[in-house]
Formats: sequence, structure tokens, C-alpha cells
Amino acid sequence: MVAALLLAIVLAPSAAIVLILLTRRPRWAEGLNLTASAIAFLAALPLPALSLSGRHVYWNRYVILDPFGAWVILCAAIVYLLASIYAVGYMRLLDEEERLPRFYALFAGFGLTTLIGPMMNSAGLYWIAIELTTLVSTFLVAFERAPEAIEAAWKYIIVVSGGISLALLGTVLFYWAGSFVLGPRYDMTWAALRNAAPQMNPALLLLAFLLVLIGYGTKVGLAPMHTWLPDAHSEGPAPVSALLSGALLNTAMVGIVRYLAIIEAAHPGPLPRAALVVLGAFSLFVAAMFIVRQRGIKRLMAYSSVEHMGIMALGFGFGGPLGVAGALYHMINHSLNKSLMFFGAGSMMRSYETKDIGAIRDVGRRFPVVGALWLAGAVAITGAPPFGLFASEFTILRAGLRGAHVWAAMVMALLLIVIFIAFLNHFRMMYFTPPDSEAASMRPVSAWCVAPMWLAFVPLLVFGLWWPETIWQYFGAITHELSAGTLMALR
Amino acid sequence: MLVAHLSPLAASLFSLIAIASLLLAFVMLGSRWLRHYLYAFALESWLIAALSAAVGYYGQYPELYLIAMLTALFRGCLLPYLLLRIVRRLKVARELHVVVQASSSLVIGAFAVVFALTVATHISAGLGLAGTVVVLALTVMLSMKLIGFLMLTVRHEAISQILGLLVLENGIFLGSQILVPGMPLLLEIVILFDLLIVVACFGLLVQYLLSRVGTTSSLHLRRLVG
Repeated sequence: MVAALLLAIVLAPSAAIVLILLTRRPRWAEGLNLTASAIAFLAALPLPALSLSGRHVYWNRYVILDPFGAWVILCAAIVYLLASIYAVGYMRLLDEEERLPRFYALFAGFGLTTLIGPMMNSAGLYWIAIELTTLVSTFLVAFERAPEAIEAAWKYIIVVSGGISLALLGTVLFYWAGSFVLGPRYDMTWAALRNAAPQMNPALLLLAFLLVLIGYGTKVGLAPMHTWLPDAHSEGPAPVSALLSGALLNTAMVGIVRYLAIIEAAHPGPLPRAALVVLGAFSLFVAAMFIVRQRGIKRLMAYSSVEHMGIMALGFGFGGPLGVAGALYHMINHSLNKSLMFFGAGSMMRSYETKDIGAIRDVGRRFPVVGALWLAGAVAITGAPPFGLFASEFTILRAGLRGAHVWAAMVMALLLIVIFIAFLNHFRMMYFTPPDSEAASMRPVSAWCVAPMWLAFVPLLVFGLWWPETIWQYFGAITHELSAGTLMALR
Repeated sequence: MLVAHLSPLAASLFSLIAIASLLLAFVMLGSRWLRHYLYAFALESWLIAALSAAVGYYGQYPELYLIAMLTALFRGCLLPYLLLRIVRRLKVARELHVVVQASSSLVIGAFAVVFALTVATHISAGLGLAGTVVVLALTVMLSMKLIGFLMLTVRHEAISQILGLLVLENGIFLGSQILVPGMPLLLEIVILFDLLIVVACFGLLVQYLLSRVGTTSSLHLRRLVG
């Protein structure tokens, strides 16, 4: 059953790529990609429940489905589906009819690579999956072919490839450290590494972990390695930005969390967690500073992604049942909310034909429905109740106040307030500052673009008001699994 | 563990290859002519291929012969050829935009090696392998990493940046042959192919860069800030 579902998740986008490239018709490409994303979503939906029972390791132990991986796959599948719906409406506005099949083939490929990353049971294969996401998404970022888009793509591939090569070095060092325990040849599965970790050399393990943290941290967009992120997220088409922010960053976070679980098994002292917490807090700081003075609408959303990845890093860094549960809950809420924000930003960008916040005025009156949804999303993304992100941020804050890094929790609370004020100030100006001139009437936003905003908004509101008991238990199972039976350190 | 009981001949052969590769990294760091970079990189790749074959021979890892062949083919011939084609098409013969002079970057590179040596000595002392070829392998691996990053930061020509990335990965390849010769074969083959894809991507991007932005120097990429 699980094997069939995983196979469906992999095969649906793969088949879509092949068929899109064979038919090369724009309308068919839209439909094929949309169908593939719907199949992937339906297949990913039952995975978290199924992952709880028994061990699911397939294909020569290269593929695994554990509760943590299932959760990340679900988040990625949701964003892939929403972005595919949105892409139908958005990409028609670009006047690139003949290049659309190419776009959708790459888009399905990008969806596929983000979905398979969390399934990989081998540290090496996981690295390859992450590298593949970079290669595919570079071309999506450069899709609009403007000089800015090319610049963003160039920075993206250089910075991320450099970072990812550090992760490869860390992976090799982990393998080497393991070879003293497990012999010169072994399968580099997560479980094997974690079981061998207590007997590995602590200094080597620490060096390897820090390399991996910096390497995958580059891909997650943790400051100060985040420099590619605002460019890539702001210059790609809006559906691509949503997929980058809502799915790819989570997939890269999987690596950090799995390696953290490995090194924690060796009881390395406070340093690994402290490193993650410091990176998280610094990301929040950098994001807050750039959000305050931001002028580009999509760059604003991109820095907000840096912020939320920082919060997630803090959650996993604080650890304990609360921290892990908060971070995981944050993951799905952020995926939904950031998709909503990028969809709104993309539609506004096309309607006003500018990326400049200063030129977008009077949104609420001109676009009553889209404007209201986008504004609600903005309130949600700054962590205000009654939305899901409030619940998850509050949980992470509680975890921080109980743990060893109370300073980080204080910094987090302070910076969240700064971001709340700055972010909503930009929205206040876009909604309530009177425009300089009465602009001509604008084309209404297509239903393809509005529907995914509703689909993202409703669960976001529900998750804020009602945190089901089963999800708590599910997060508990993940915490248990990540800490391999011994409860994660709450010092 | 292969390195624990190596014959003196094998150990000195490995050391020779590792040191020669490190020297070639310095050649790349000190040269301003893109063509020289490329030749140094190709030679370095051939050395790594030779190392794979040597490790395969002394450590009885027959699959490493395959890796050696693929390394020589891809990294020794195909990649340099592709890059040479890009260089010819771009008509950029040398690095025009230097932030740090070649001589100063050599000195910084030397400091990087000293730092790498310190880390390597510390780690191998902890493992009880001080004085073996492990120290050298780790030193070369880490210092080529640092030199690669140095090249990425002080060079701005698109081709130099690609080569910087390739040097980063050459270091890992070299070190991993000595330290973990048994690392799954599948992985190494995929990584080799992966590199080829990376360079294909880069080739495309460089063309875009030239046609849209009008320059291949990253110094001119400053539209996106803040």
C-alpha cells in the first residue's frame, strides 16, 4: 500500500514530464502537470497516517517512509498542487505560449525532486536529490529571461552549489567516521549512521555535522548563507517562488534535522544545537532588518521565508517535544501561508505591472476578494492569531523559554514584533494610502489564481483555531523517532 | 581500514599524487589565463583518476578502476573540452577583474593550507592515525576546499567561478578515494554524471548571461540588492 503510494508520487510527475515533452501543446501541458500534482497530493495525503505503523523501507533500502519524511512530503505535495493550479492562470499572462510546455516539464521535474528528497534513506542519495532540485529550479528561476532573472539564476546556482559541496564533504566525513565502526563498506542509511554514532570519533563527527549544517543551511536559506534566496524567489515566476519557498526549503531542512538526530545520538554536548539556534536567530535578525526597509513586493515575501526558516531552525534547535512539534506545525502552516502570499504578490505584480511596493496602491478597493485574502494572509504570516502560524510560533517560543537557549527565545519574540510592525506597515501603505493618480481599470484576477488562495487560506484558519489531538500524537511519534527512544535533551 | 596497513610504496605514491594535486590548485590560483586554469584542472583530474586506480590496485577495490576510467573520461577530457568551447565562444582569454592580486591570493592560499593541516592533525591524532597518509589526504581535501572558495570569491569571470566549484569537488573526490574507498559505487557514478549536468547547465547560463546581461563578469551583476 505504502509502496504503491510512493510509486504514484514518483511516477505521476515523471509521466507528466514525458507526456508534456512528447505532446508539446501548452493546454495539454497545463492539464498534465495539474493532474500529476493532484495524483501526488492524493497519494501523499494518507502517508502520515500509514507511516506510523511498522517500518517502511523499500528498493534495496534506498527508500524509506518514516513519519517525519511523510509529513514533509505532504507539505511539498500541498504546495505543488496549489502552485500547479495557480500556474494555469498565472503563466497565461506571460505571453510565452510556445515555451509553456518547457515550463511545465521543468515545473513537474522540480515538484518531483522536492517530493523524492524526504524519501531518500541514504545520506548520499539525499544529497543527490537536493543537488537535482538546484539544477531543475535554476532554469525555472531564469525562465522569464530578463537580465535580473539571469542574474538571480547565476547567483542561485553558484552560491547553492558551493554550499552543497560543503554538505558533500560533510557526508563523506560522516561515512568515514562510520567506517571505523561498521567496516569499510556499508549502506549509508540514516539508521546505520545513528546506531554507529555513539562509537564515532566526537571531533570528526562535530566537524562533519558543522559542514553539513552550513551546506544544507545554504539551501534552507539560513543567514548568512541566504544571499541567493531573495533574488531567486523574487525573479522566478510566482508559482515557482511558491514551490521554492513552501516545498524546497522544507526538503532541505530534512537533511539538517536527520543529521542533528544522528549527532545527538552520540551525546556531543550543547554545541550542535547551539549552532542551529544561533543560525536561526541570526536569520530572524537579518530578515527583520531587510523587511523593514524593503521596496520589492516579492523580495518582501522572500525575506519572510528567511524569517520562517529561522523560526523553524530555532524550533528544531530548541528540541524537546514542544520544539519539534512547533517546528513541524510551522512547516505546514508556512507552506500554506507562503503559497498564499506569493500567489497574491504574483497577481498584484501582474495587475499593477510593477514589483515596487510604492507603486501598488489601493489594493483593497480594486480587488475586494483577492485583496482581502492577501491581507488576511499578511496578518497570518506575521504570526497574529487566529491563524496557524500563531499557534506554531507560540509553541516554539514556549519550547525556547523552557530550554537552554532562553536568550534566543527572547530575541525571537522581539524580532517577531519588529517584523509584525514592518510587514504590516508595507501592507497598510498598499491598501490604505490613496493613490497618486486614478489608474485605468484593471483586468480582474482569473479564477485559476483566486481558487488556490482560498484553498490555502481555509486550512490555515482551521489550523489556527483547532489543533487536532491526533496531530499532537503524530508529532510526538516523530519526536520519539528523531530522538531514537531517548527523549531529546531538554537542558 | 585501508590506510592503516599500507605498503610504504603505496603510501608514498598516494602522498605524491595528493601533493601534486594541491600544487596544481595553486597553479590555478596563481594564474590569470583561463586556458591555464583549464589545463591545470584537466591534469588534476587525471591525477585523481590515477589515484583511484592506485587505490583500487593496492586496496583490492576493483570497482575503483571503473571510477578511474570515468573520472579520466568525464573530468579529464569531457569537462575541460566543454569549458574550452565556452572560453572560445566568449573570447575571454584572461581574468580581467581581479580583486586580490595573484601573489596575494597565493599567500592567502598558503594560510588556508596551514589551517587545513592544523585541523587534519587534530582530527587524525584523535583517531590514532597521526603520521599516516590520512593527515595528508585530509589536509589536501580541506585546503582544496578552501582554495576553491577563495577562487570563487576573488575571481569574477564566469568560467573562473565554474572552475572554482569544480576545484571544490575535486578536493572531495581526492580525499574520499584515500579515506573512504569503499563508499558506495552508485553514489560516485551518480556524482560524476551530476557534475556533467552541472557544467551543461553552466554552459547554458553563461550563454544567457552574455546575451541578456552583456557581460560574463559577476562584478556587473548588481541589479538585485537589498
